Amino acid sequence: MTDQAGADYGVPTSESRGELVLHVAREQLSDFVMELRDEHGFNMCVDVTAVDYFAYEAPRHVPAEVDPERFEIVVNLLRMRDRSRIRLRVQVPGDEPSVPSLFDVHPGTEAMEREVYDMFGITFDGHPDLSRILMPEDWIGHPLRKDYPVGKIPVQFKGIENAR
Amino acid sequence: MSLAAETFEGAQELQPRKGMKAGELLREIGSVLRMSEAEAADLSSHEPPQDETMIINMGPQHPSTHGVLRLMLELDGETVLRTKPIIGYLHTGMEKTGEDLTYLQGPTNVTRMDYASPLHNELVFSLATEKLLGIDEDIPPRAQWIRMLMTELNRISSHVLFLATNGLDIGAVGMMLYGWREREETLRFFEKVTGLRMNHNYIRPGGVGADLPDGWRDDVLELIDTLPERLHEFDLLMTGQPIWRERLQGVGVITPQEAIALGATGPLLRSTGVPWDLRREIPYLYFDEVDFDVVVGTYGDSFDRYAIRLNEVRESIRIVHQILEKLPEGDYRIQDKKVTPPPRARIDESMEALIHHFKIFTEGFKVPEGEVYVAIESPRGELGCYMVSDGSARPYRMHIRGPSFVNLQSLPHMMRGGFLADGVAVISSVDPIMGEVDR
Repeated sequence: MTDQAGADYGVPTSESRGELVLHVAREQLSDFVMELRDEHGFNMCVDVTAVDYFAYEAPRHVPAEVDPERFEIVVNLLRMRDRSRIRLRVQVPGDEPSVPSLFDVHPGTEAMEREVYDMFGITFDGHPDLSRILMPEDWIGHPLRKDYPVGKIPVQFKGIENAR
Repeated sequence: MSLAAETFEGAQELQPRKGMKAGELLREIGSVLRMSEAEAADLSSHEPPQDETMIINMGPQHPSTHGVLRLMLELDGETVLRTKPIIGYLHTGMEKTGEDLTYLQGPTNVTRMDYASPLHNELVFSLATEKLLGIDEDIPPRAQWIRMLMTELNRISSHVLFLATNGLDIGAVGMMLYGWREREETLRFFEKVTGLRMNHNYIRPGGVGADLPDGWRDDVLELIDTLPERLHEFDLLMTGQPIWRERLQGVGVITPQEAIALGATGPLLRSTGVPWDLRREIPYLYFDEVDFDVVVGTYGDSFDRYAIRLNEVRESIRIVHQILEKLPEGDYRIQDKKVTPPPRARIDESMEALIHHFKIFTEGFKVPEGEVYVAIESPRGELGCYMVSDGSARPYRMHIRGPSFVNLQSLPHMMRGGFLADGVAVISSVDPIMGEVDR
């Protein structure tokens, strides 16, 4: 599938409610985003987030060439020139959750990648400072994972003995 | 236990230069695009002698950090060398909470994120839900125009709040009183329409919570007729004053290339001269049918950001005038029985209405599986919502792209080389809302 401008990106694509989604292998993510920036003009990385499909029961909508994995990194890119958006979905296996960092391509992804690391435990290779951003530094667990329980967890406060 | 240990955030804090990676140092000294990585690596090998620079902590409890923003600064005398924002003090796991609420309950959750512009949060959540449902084309025009009216008034109240706090931060304390007064008048209208001053839960998937009350038109007219005069007063009070200009002009400069690379949006991006406003560029609702100007700056400094917000209030007033003319009659919510609860009166007489009412409020409505990203222009920039549905009545994943969260990353760039006192003006000009930063 191609976008409005008719460009072919050479990767499996799908469509979701009229929005173009590209499925990139995770090893190529950083290079591919750089190619999109330099050759296709996607000059702003609007958002980086992730989804944990651990508890997802409906069928996964990915092209046949792509093997669904537990995590997905979702990157939203914007091309200001013709006001078009594009979305990348990257499959990340649960037993080895790491992807190349986009920091060198779009420095603005720094905080977003830290948030994904904090919330999902997915590491970004090449990120200059991968520390927790929203949770305290000594927090145990990654809250937005689907196997992280809601409620009935011991409250983690600093300086409290035997709090966890 | 000592106070320092209680607030210790480990690797999240500003570290000594020695042994730091070049990339992170580039960020902290605010030079991602201004300096090569080799130069930064060179910097990290020269630790300044301990008595020459000082690392201090500003916030989280500091009146000019707009809530609970904490900055660690490396200072050389009064000059800021490095900055690192440390956030998360207001993190309440709202994205996780959102996975446990039905689509009808969702707006009550997201509205608490950016508490200065709650209606925009509700709007982006509702638009995403409607797009997933496939009913985004069927929302009655009156509902859409009411949404426009309310969000534009919300933009006014948010920008006026900015003018108030910006004035306070810089020392124009009188402005603070005037700003809060104007904001309160807008909130009074919101209270009349939605029942609440803030956190309205008014814009919901399918339309809005209730039609506009009797006499709303007079209230809006009174509001937008008094405002231009007040804005003129603000102009007199601040814009031309030498002290005001001295404190803001040339302070916190950022270039368009840097702003785009850092993902900055909203007034922060427009202050650099990039005319990017989603209402104009990728219109949603009926913004393509109203006439307004996108206000841009030239120098990318704090003064431009102040002036942009002041003039955006004027543009919003223009938009509201056009909305008053064009607002059509009709339904204020979609007549889709699976999405919209039946009117209260119908419940007493119709069995089906009672069943629908019960089902919508207990288990909610099911949304077909899929994923969408929807973005709108909030007063702070691009407010996005990425939503994944697994076909149940609750979002499988609900992510809000908060403009404040992303815009905060440009702080080190704008504060570098300035005075500590200018830092306050810079933080204020980004207008971060910590509820949205930490979510």
